[in-house]
Amino acid sequence: MAESIVKFLETWSPIDIVLIAQNFDRFLWGALTTLELTIISLLVGGILSIPLAIIRAGNNKILNAPVWLFTYVFRGTPLLVQTYLIYYGLGQFEWIRETFLWGPVLSQAWYCALIAFSLNTAAYTAELLRGSIVNTSRGEIEAAKACGFSRAMRMRRIVLPSAFRRALPAYSNEVIFMLHGSVVASTITIQDLLGVGRWLNGRYYLAYEGFITAAVLYFIIVLLVSRGFRLWEKHWLAHLYPQDAVKTKPKKGLASFRI
Amino acid sequence: MKFRKLITSLTAAALMLGMAGLSAQAADLRVGVEGAYPPFSWKESDGTLKGFDIEIAEAVCAELKRKCVLVEQDWDGMIPALLARKFDTIIASMSITEERKKRVDFSDKYYNTPAKFVAKKGSGLKITTAGLKGKRIGLQRGTTHQCFMEKMFPEAELVLYGTQDEVFQDLTIGRIDAQFSDSIAADDGFLKTDAGKDFEFTGGDQHDEACHGPGAGMAVRKADTKLRDELNAAIKALRDNGTYQKINAKYFDFDIFGG
Repeated sequence: MAESIVKFLETWSPIDIVLIAQNFDRFLWGALTTLELTIISLLVGGILSIPLAIIRAGNNKILNAPVWLFTYVFRGTPLLVQTYLIYYGLGQFEWIRETFLWGPVLSQAWYCALIAFSLNTAAYTAELLRGSIVNTSRGEIEAAKACGFSRAMRMRRIVLPSAFRRALPAYSNEVIFMLHGSVVASTITIQDLLGVGRWLNGRYYLAYEGFITAAVLYFIIVLLVSRGFRLWEKHWLAHLYPQDAVKTKPKKGLASFRI
Repeated sequence: MKFRKLITSLTAAALMLGMAGLSAQAADLRVGVEGAYPPFSWKESDGTLKGFDIEIAEAVCAELKRKCVLVEQDWDGMIPALLARKFDTIIASMSITEERKKRVDFSDKYYNTPAKFVAKKGSGLKITTAGLKGKRIGLQRGTTHQCFMEKMFPEAELVLYGTQDEVFQDLTIGRIDAQFSDSIAADDGFLKTDAGKDFEFTGGDQHDEACHGPGAGMAVRKADTKLRDELNAAIKALRDNGTYQKINAKYFDFDIFGG
């Protein structure tokens, strides 16, 4: 039975499905590398972006200028260029190759990609959060002041929680951009999802098989990410929806969610 | 009425332009070349293409009395681009192999040189299954060398690059233990340059008939048997009238046509 299916596919399928099936484990490893790089960069970049956003939203000119420059440079240049500069660029300097950072970190393609991606997403996320912080409703801040909250406490208890929530829909875009941007890793020898597609193309000279498989897997990941964000938004932004929408609780399961 | 006249004349003009375009295309021979594989092809700082492959391409065009249009193409997209009619033939040091013959047709070989490993002087790297186990071997994605390594040394860790230049760059700064490529490309493109002064060939000539094939040929689409025959005749004519030997002498101190 299995043999006749293979035979049928080999004869009639326009793309070589058997070859894809034989190498599917490679694609899954590639997808794992892509997810790993994307998630860790988003975590590192996300943590970095919070203080940067607070500085950008504040009035301190001395701190503001370098952070502005950082976000301007990283948002103003392509991710591919940033990655090349870190991977090929830094390696050019002998003194960098002699530092302790070279062996465990900068000589590894994976860490170079991680650094580039983290800084890139930190820059975008910082600007996104800054907008969200600046737009916090004045009433909430005044109420906090009236209750005797200090500046730091206002930021921690009132402004940031509300800003994070309001930034969520825009941040889901940043997550998807980062996932798509992570294909850059394949240009510096990392076998991510696209890297495996390129490997297949390089080994068997079949462009469709490798790239369609990679595209389908990217698509599935993006679908899951955007669904996840929808649910998250429903939960964290419930207070911003019309009240009766909150009262009529969704029926059992996820069926009643608009996805 | 006037409007109809306008349309008629416009159509006529468009037809004439179209025909002019067609006839120009028939006269031009569009050749896919790489431009990052010295001494066979490289790009000068002013953007002009130079190298053995480029001169052979131009000599072939002169022999066929057709105008050469050189089209630059990244290596791993070379065959797909030929099939997509971005150009009519590939003259880019492409080895004739069974795997590639499934997709394209080849002319007779126009040169044949052995493949070799390059490692740091005194590295003591043993070219055996045990010696290469877990070693990071850099090579260009989509080459016959990828096929060779995966077949003969599956336990080595392959690091795949888009261009040969990038392989040499990472070998210099120690991100990979050795590289595997055509010996001429490694000798002229790297070992004879300043960057390659601390490196040497190791392990002698490597050859696997199934992977490496009879040598480098010019690829054409399967249906283009006429062009293939013309290319064969041109290669033979260049060998007979001494043009090949003249070009050969500019780049190499021995005849790279092979036995």
